[in-house]
Amino acid sequence: MKLKISISALAVLLAIPLSSAAQDMPRFRWENFTTANGLPDNHVFCVLVDGNRVWAGTENGLGLYENGTWKIFRPATRDDQQGLTHQAVLSLAVDKRTGDVWAGTMGGLNRISAGRIDNFTQLNSGLSNDIVYGVGVQGDFVWTATAAGASRLDTRTGQWALFNERNTPMFEIWTYAVSPAADKVYYAVWGGGVLEYDVATERWKDYNDPDGETEMVLMKDQGLIHEITTSVSYVDKILWVATYFGASRYDGRYWHNFLQKDSGLPSNFLNQIKGVDGNRAWFSTDKGLAYFDGTNWAVYRPALDTHKPEMLVRDAEGKVTAIPVDSAPAHNYILGVDFQGDDLWVATAKGLSHGIRQRGSNETAKVSQEQKAIGNK
Amino acid sequence: MRSMATITAKAKLAAKIAPIAALLLFAALARPAANPARSGISERYLSPIEMVLSPDGRQLYVVCQGSNELRVVDLESGKVVSTVPLGRAPRGLTMSPDSAQIYVTNSTDDTVSVIDAATMRVTRTLATGFEPAGVVADRAGETLYVANRLSGDISVINVKTGQEIKRLLAGRGASYLALSPDGKFVYGTHIYPKLGAFRKQPNSEITVIDTASQTVVERKRLHNVAGVFHVAFSADGKLGVTTQLRPKNLIPLAHVEHGWVFGNSLTLFGEDVGGTVQVPIDELDRYYSLPWGVIITPDKSKMFVTTAASESVTVIDVPKLLNYVRARREPFVNDLSASANYVTARIPVGHNPRGVLLSKDAKRLYVANRLDDNIAVIDTAANRVVSTIDLGGPKTINPLRRGERIFFTADYAFQGHFGCSNCHLDATIDGLEWDLEPDGFGKDIVDNRSLEALSGTEPFKWNGGNPDLPTECGPRVEKYFFRSQSYGDHELTDLVTFVYSLPYRPNRYRLPNSELSPAQERGKAIFERTTYKNGKPIPQANQCGYCHSGPKFTNRQQLDVGTGKPTDRSPLVDVPHLPNVAYSAPYLHDGSAQSLEEIWTVYNPKDQHGVSNDLTKDELNDLIEYLKTL
Repeated sequence: MKLKISISALAVLLAIPLSSAAQDMPRFRWENFTTANGLPDNHVFCVLVDGNRVWAGTENGLGLYENGTWKIFRPATRDDQQGLTHQAVLSLAVDKRTGDVWAGTMGGLNRISAGRIDNFTQLNSGLSNDIVYGVGVQGDFVWTATAAGASRLDTRTGQWALFNERNTPMFEIWTYAVSPAADKVYYAVWGGGVLEYDVATERWKDYNDPDGETEMVLMKDQGLIHEITTSVSYVDKILWVATYFGASRYDGRYWHNFLQKDSGLPSNFLNQIKGVDGNRAWFSTDKGLAYFDGTNWAVYRPALDTHKPEMLVRDAEGKVTAIPVDSAPAHNYILGVDFQGDDLWVATAKGLSHGIRQRGSNETAKVSQEQKAIGNK
Repeated sequence: MRSMATITAKAKLAAKIAPIAALLLFAALARPAANPARSGISERYLSPIEMVLSPDGRQLYVVCQGSNELRVVDLESGKVVSTVPLGRAPRGLTMSPDSAQIYVTNSTDDTVSVIDAATMRVTRTLATGFEPAGVVADRAGETLYVANRLSGDISVINVKTGQEIKRLLAGRGASYLALSPDGKFVYGTHIYPKLGAFRKQPNSEITVIDTASQTVVERKRLHNVAGVFHVAFSADGKLGVTTQLRPKNLIPLAHVEHGWVFGNSLTLFGEDVGGTVQVPIDELDRYYSLPWGVIITPDKSKMFVTTAASESVTVIDVPKLLNYVRARREPFVNDLSASANYVTARIPVGHNPRGVLLSKDAKRLYVANRLDDNIAVIDTAANRVVSTIDLGGPKTINPLRRGERIFFTADYAFQGHFGCSNCHLDATIDGLEWDLEPDGFGKDIVDNRSLEALSGTEPFKWNGGNPDLPTECGPRVEKYFFRSQSYGDHELTDLVTFVYSLPYRPNRYRLPNSELSPAQERGKAIFERTTYKNGKPIPQANQCGYCHSGPKFTNRQQLDVGTGKPTDRSPLVDVPHLPNVAYSAPYLHDGSAQSLEEIWTVYNPKDQHGVSNDLTKDELNDLIEYLKTL
């Protein structure tokens, strides 16, 4: 709270004139969805954009927003044998090739394919555990992060492969997120750092906090910032990692860590990280949504004290500028983000937010092109 | 795996077997050699199943499933003019839009043969999913779609590179495809229902693929349908139709005389009817069993449906049908009087008619009589067979062929209702649980077992009540199922000969050279283990390999493994054979386990069905990976 006040005060001092960084950072008009306008529940755990369709995984159902209306998926009923394995939807992924959407829940994994729902649980399939925190698609494989290790389903053969403490360096089996790519698959292991699977060699490697401290950072930029990892995002051969104690970026050789005290992060408590490319990323924290463009930072949230819409920009010199805005994400507790062209969709603790990109006078066509690239990632 | 065969249970079993003991002598005499080759049967029948027409309409290309060939018929002379060797068990075919290539799926080889239509030679062989059946090309001829029956998906293949781009999720037993007349969509059907909750009505789908995005964009749900076959369109694209079965598997089969076993029917869809409309083709006192092939005349005046088990073609007046559908606002698929309003003729044809095709002028209809090795030619104006094209198969009909004809006909059943092949689709399974006997509603529910390589797996029936195949297929079938005509002694022997001849399908989970993957190797060790993980010996009767022993992985005994239900008359179940077990979900004697996993995660709480509760999830997965290789 103290830090927040100091940032706000500093922002007022530096607000006029707006710095170049402040003018170049992306601005949004936020439209928020709650149960009042069709969202299945206001606790939104995850969001997935698939073209014109937006999927929102909530505590009480999966919402599909398409053509201005919401369709809700929940567990099967007597009238409809088709349904999710559980109403709490924790993770989402789309197979871009087939259009199938995979939904991890508190009670199993689901494949939603053109309206059909197939259920996979630890009882009826080889899934390692029913609590599916993360899911990702890599070619014909569907990788899941569960409360009892990692699972991989070969959708062509139906074969499941499980990865846990018995066949990987996973000394904790509480896997929290997965980011699969053609060459590597990364897992955030809650309390166990990061695991890397090399697709070519089929070997696992772990990355851990070199100082091993839970409350302190003794060896900054010498490895992963903390063992309690919550999210990974592997883009352009750069690994972004979110933890409850800061964020990390790893290029295969060097680590760079981000802490609230020396970056524009509004909090060290991160629920999700999503890389745009090797230099840019979005950070979902408990105190707002943050964006890092490689040099400057922006934070989008309802102000922590007044709850009024707030956008703060921190430049490379650490100067913080408040940008006048009239809307903000539904809540500052952010759980996830996904891209839709220039727009953002944001999962929060009090609703789903649609960030509609606004064009400022100084925003260049280049930025627009860059954001279009975001949507294609 | 643990025997609970108490004295009482044994006495019950003995009492059960006693009434049929008199049949044993007959059975021993009737049982034929399992291997047709060993029994001196050498004829190789052609078994034509699907056809396409050459662009000029002068030649018919016929896929011969039994002889692994494409036979080319000159329609003017009615003679076979060339033959193209294919892969094993070819099943579906299509022609490229420019007519330069013919594509034929080889269901046993998991491939598509690409035939140069000019030279009639196979120029390429493309890999597909498991057991490919239907195939279509897109309008541009750049992409092939192949329905894979065993993997339940649709391969999307780049024609130029020959590479499979991706697989799309389809219905279980994906089999038949059709391109919409505008080329925008591929429609697919599947022969096994979706696995669902135990003892619930089966559901199926028509899978709709957008050829632009090459993704599934819609699944038309078909309620109470299990077994969907060909799909066809009117030339204007406004009317689509599939052939299908509506099984009544939740109520006792004893009610066959009330018409409560199968509803032979169609699903109509498209602009002409709105959503989907199911329509019956049966009559009040006669059934037209196993509707399979279907085609609509270009002027949309008639629809022809082959009824594979009734040896006939049903002719439907399309305008009358559409008027009737529009007039009936409520579902009428169970109204057996309805067909009188739109069925205009039933044309007798040969044995097991399958593929159906119209000549370019639509004056002739060609029907592939699969078990006659010929093509019936029908005058579409007169609705009668005017000639038959002999494809050149063997002239003698051996016991195996006679048995196959019996297996695939509904002629023996009350009012021609159904035959063996209604439940054993293409001599496999139907994926359903049935309430077969007149013992009360919901009692002794049985899963449909595989018929592959049955020799050496006796006795039969879920509780081992039938000591041999003649008993299983003979009096039991006649009494409880067909309720009409009995098999003669020779007929039963022929039928048993055919059933015993059914081979294993290739196991797709085995590695070359009989090697096992690391997971399969670990699973094998679990299957064969004799001790708990703590080193304590597992009682012999609780070891997997005790009950599932021998070449077919069954010791052929009847045991209580804790899977009996309160509605079962006895807790004793016959130990099933395991080869190709991966293909025959659901599992357990009553089909209550929807997957191999559920056998142990749900239905083995006391370790009576083998010791599984000391296994980790990884180890159970390994065991299942091994079982899939058997």
